[in-house]
Amino acid sequence: MRLEYFQLIDRIVDISLADRKISTVATVPTVSTIFEGHFPGHPLMPGVLLIETMAQTSGWLVVAANSFERMAFLAAVKGAKFRTFVTPGQVMSVTAQLTHDGSGYAVTEASIAIDGKAVCDATLTLRILKFPNEEMKLKMRETAARVGFPGEALANA
Amino acid sequence: MSSTFDTIANIIAETCDIPRDSITPESHAINDLGIDSLDFLDIAFAIDKAFGIKLPLEQWTQEVNDGKATTEQYFVLNNLAARIDELVAAKGA
Repeated sequence: MRLEYFQLIDRIVDISLADRKISTVATVPTVSTIFEGHFPGHPLMPGVLLIETMAQTSGWLVVAANSFERMAFLAAVKGAKFRTFVTPGQVMSVTAQLTHDGSGYAVTEASIAIDGKAVCDATLTLRILKFPNEEMKLKMRETAARVGFPGEALANA
Repeated sequence: MSSTFDTIANIIAETCDIPRDSITPESHAINDLGIDSLDFLDIAFAIDKAFGIKLPLEQWTQEVNDGKATTEQYFVLNNLAARIDELVAAKGA
């Protein structure tokens, strides 16, 4: 997890466009200035960053489903539940299921678990738009390669 | 069985917290009911699910932006209902 770059996903574990689902791993860093304030003496991964982790996982699925030609932007978060604390160093397993592929938007059911125990979940809506510029499109593909996006998915993009 | 308009109106009332009796077939979703694009995503999602279709929002938006259609054609509710009926019929064809 590169918190300072807001890149929260370490690795794509599995992605299936046929089943419309994705699994990723995101390890919470042991050290971050975020934990100095949230909270002093009791470091916790902020809930908004758990949502962002689920959004980025969902985003990779939606971007892949759009052949890396369009970008996903978080538009709505519904029913978010945070069931337990997440602390520095914990390894999060993140999943997202595309439940609706609309015109210009997508809806996912996303969740995070640690050691098989449910941590949080939410229903996310993402807008699907053209990349605003070629630079962003290229950077997304570079990041996709870094997080281990399946080669065939990138090759077909 | 409720009409397409009734289904849409109920979805809008529930999604946007708009009094149901203020929603008429002549209402323009944007100009009269003040529904913004984010709320319309929720409405589109509910309509897609209710009717088993995919509202072609991007195509409609493009047509409006290109001057090939007016917002009234798609966002006045009786017109929206007609478009939905067409999509449902096309799905079953």
